[in-house]
Amino acid sequence: MTTSSDDVIDTLAGITAGSPLDGVRRARPDTRSHAQAGYDELFTAAPAGPSAAERQAVAAFVAVLHAVDPDSDPAAAHYRTLLAATDATLAHRIDRLARAARTTGPYGAYPASTVLAAENTDGLRFTVPGDDRPLLGERLAAALDQAHLLVFRPREAGADDLAALQRAGWAPTEIVTVTQLVGFLAFQLRLVTGLRTLKELV
Amino acid sequence: MTETLPSAGTVETAAAPRPERFTRAELGWEPWLEPLAADDLTDAHWHGLVERSRVNSDYFRLLVRDPGILHARTKADFDIFHNRAGGLPRAERELAAAATSRVNGCIFCASVHARFAAHYAKAPADVQRLLDDGVDAPQSDRWRAVIAAAAAVTATPSALTADHLRALADTGLDLLGISDVLHSAAFFGWANRLMLSLGEPFGDA
Repeated sequence: MTTSSDDVIDTLAGITAGSPLDGVRRARPDTRSHAQAGYDELFTAAPAGPSAAERQAVAAFVAVLHAVDPDSDPAAAHYRTLLAATDATLAHRIDRLARAARTTGPYGAYPASTVLAAENTDGLRFTVPGDDRPLLGERLAAALDQAHLLVFRPREAGADDLAALQRAGWAPTEIVTVTQLVGFLAFQLRLVTGLRTLKELV
Repeated sequence: MTETLPSAGTVETAAAPRPERFTRAELGWEPWLEPLAADDLTDAHWHGLVERSRVNSDYFRLLVRDPGILHARTKADFDIFHNRAGGLPRAERELAAAATSRVNGCIFCASVHARFAAHYAKAPADVQRLLDDGVDAPQSDRWRAVIAAAAAVTATPSALTADHLRALADTGLDLLGISDVLHSAAFFGWANRLMLSLGEPFGDA
């Protein structure tokens, strides 16, 4: 496949140079270039804070949660490959955990709301199982717990969850980075899926 | 903000009233982690803020702890919502952002972008119906198509189908306009998760 550049969204969405969707993306040039810059910041810049393996592990986990079909999803494959190049054993573990953690969202209860309580919905409250936590280390296990909360139950995310991350060894600046990483993926993976769907129309 | 912190970098929140419903009212937002102090910002932090006036916001002084990703996010944000070279009218970009926030449950983001949508569309009652009754409330065909597409983009995994996009095309949107709907909704998948997990809104609603 010829993509228009080393642009990850183009690659994952199958957008080729000179195609209608290439033109559409280039009509929003700052969006296109800074979506790539965000990816570079999070995954290819020499990272302060969270390690490359931690960033890639959270990303591989989040990508499988977003995949309509994790066996054929290009973004899930991309992030799994990225992590496998760093730590193949960890990539296998993350893939297994993420498949067990898949569900449909968003869901959750509204905090302290009587009016919105009628809209409360329940769903999987995933935490990394006890047997897996020593294998991953408590720091990464806590990050995966938070990633699942952010992906599926963002309305339930609270101060207590940030305290749990800090007890597991995450400093405040690192918490901002890992939250941005999950947020960025929520954006990038939705764009890839949306653009792939739009390709069917052109 | 108290003198003694329960643990390093955690903010003791004040007992301000929490909004209990979706609203177009102006709300505050209080962080659960300590923002950086304005006096401590380096050139890299100022670059990350993009606009110097953002130093007055607790939210941006918290996010600027990681200036690189904040910079990229801010530049994308401005382009997605403010680039006026064709595509979707601003009102409907804001509508998609408000609908996404309504689905994810982000009362703060919904308040800001519902206000913008109501202002640009001059349709406060229609926006209020989205806030009060949700994404399935009656709207014009065009707004139904935008809200339904935004809600489908917001689902995890994605619930978006080609039919959602055909419905947008049927209301007169071109490829760039449809892409703008996707971008506005996708971007708020990001913004909602920051606002919901790093602090909380306050104010009467």
